[in-house]
Amino acid sequence: MCESCAKDYLHQSSSPKSSGSLPEGLSEATEEADDLVCPECGITFKEFRAHGRLGCPNDYLVFQSELVPLLENIHNETQHVGKVPKRAPNASQRQYRLVKLRTRLRAAVEEEMYEEAARLRDEIQTLERELEGETAPSPFEE
Amino acid sequence: MDLDGLTHTSGEWLKGTGPEADIVMSSRVRLARNLARFPFPTRADDSIRREIEHLLREQFERRPAGLKLNYVHVGDLETLDRQLLVERQLISREHSQDQIGRGVAFNDEECISLMVNEEDHLRMQVIHSGFSLDECWRQMDKLDDALESGVTYAFNEQFGYLTACPTNAGTGIRVSVMLHLPALVLTKEISKVFQALQKIGLAVRGLYGEGSQAMGDFYQISNQVTLGKSEDELIKTIHDVVPNIISYERRVRLALVKENRQSLHDQVSRAYGILKTAQTISSEETMHLLSSVRLGINLGLIDDLEIPAINSLFIHTQPAHLQKIRHQRLESAERNIVRASYIRTYLANGGAAPEN
Repeated sequence: MCESCAKDYLHQSSSPKSSGSLPEGLSEATEEADDLVCPECGITFKEFRAHGRLGCPNDYLVFQSELVPLLENIHNETQHVGKVPKRAPNASQRQYRLVKLRTRLRAAVEEEMYEEAARLRDEIQTLERELEGETAPSPFEE
Repeated sequence: MDLDGLTHTSGEWLKGTGPEADIVMSSRVRLARNLARFPFPTRADDSIRREIEHLLREQFERRPAGLKLNYVHVGDLETLDRQLLVERQLISREHSQDQIGRGVAFNDEECISLMVNEEDHLRMQVIHSGFSLDECWRQMDKLDDALESGVTYAFNEQFGYLTACPTNAGTGIRVSVMLHLPALVLTKEISKVFQALQKIGLAVRGLYGEGSQAMGDFYQISNQVTLGKSEDELIKTIHDVVPNIISYERRVRLALVKENRQSLHDQVSRAYGILKTAQTISSEETMHLLSSVRLGINLGLIDDLEIPAINSLFIHTQPAHLQKIRHQRLESAERNIVRASYIRTYLANGGAAPEN
């Protein structure tokens, strides 16, 4: 089941000494990632690794770079093809990009990469304006 | 809600009326969905789960895709009733644990069931008799669309439908068929089937049992991957392999009848005989014997019993069903006696439930 397969994959990272047997770069990445927290549900990546279950949909954005290799391992793919919800697919795509950019902005500010941060901020503002202008008032709250 | 009525009926999908029903017991499509902006069930507290349950129940009451759904809150049910739902495959074993916000909606025919707050906010399944995956998917797809018009699903472009466990992300679909393969088990060729299925990324699980030992010679085949392939592609993988397994089983059955007719006939007759006269019988032995009898019916070696009747027996001899039929809790030893009595009467009536 999901818990055991996620554990199998993620628990390899607990001993840094054995990094030779792990997928490239994963052990270091995982240790740093352990402290990542989702601002919406409060789950840490470490907690996810322990239980094999995520806390909320937003985790897929917060832990995005860590989840990609995990999904590759499980499904041999990382890009969804197939059914999409009928409602506002364009808006949801922009929404997705927006949240991703905001996460990167936070990271850039933390790492004091201010030029990068400024660039990201501009991109975010452009997207926000686009989103406002293009979408009609939506019938559901975000 | 009174579930006693369920004990006198069988789910529609047991009737054995679908295509290839001699070997394909049922086809099933399951979708996992979550509401956007809500924590997943394990992370959510009681009040949030109640809210989610409320939002979804509102949608169920609107008769999505024209369906009339009955809703039960798991916590309102007695343990025996919950077990009943598990035995009828309307909820998973995990879902029978009481928790605030846990419930299930299902239609009268029991071919559609929607679990609320299991591992994901919504786990929906459509199950039909025989080999009918396309029909299952068509119905599931329609229902999914109808529900989506009233709530917002958690979804992003890269990872698809977002689920609590990454193993379900993407399409969130689990496609499966349940096959009855007594001949392949008898000739020990079933392991070849396992190997072939593993090679194309399909999982095989025994029904009513753990691991590879399947009670009653029933095997469930399902997809393992849910991301990176479309729903149609995932359905097609199983859809294309099942006919090969069907013809393999049929070939082996015919060969057995040709070469070992006497011993095969003897085996199914003895199984039938024991079921008709035993005074006490375990669940495990029942499964084993029913499987032989089912094979016997399919091969024309037993002609006074129909497939739907045998299919029903598989369900009605399960622990919770027996206790509900008797209106009392029974310990294991007592259950074995009740089970034997139920089967004797059932078979003496030519495959009709005993009057109660």
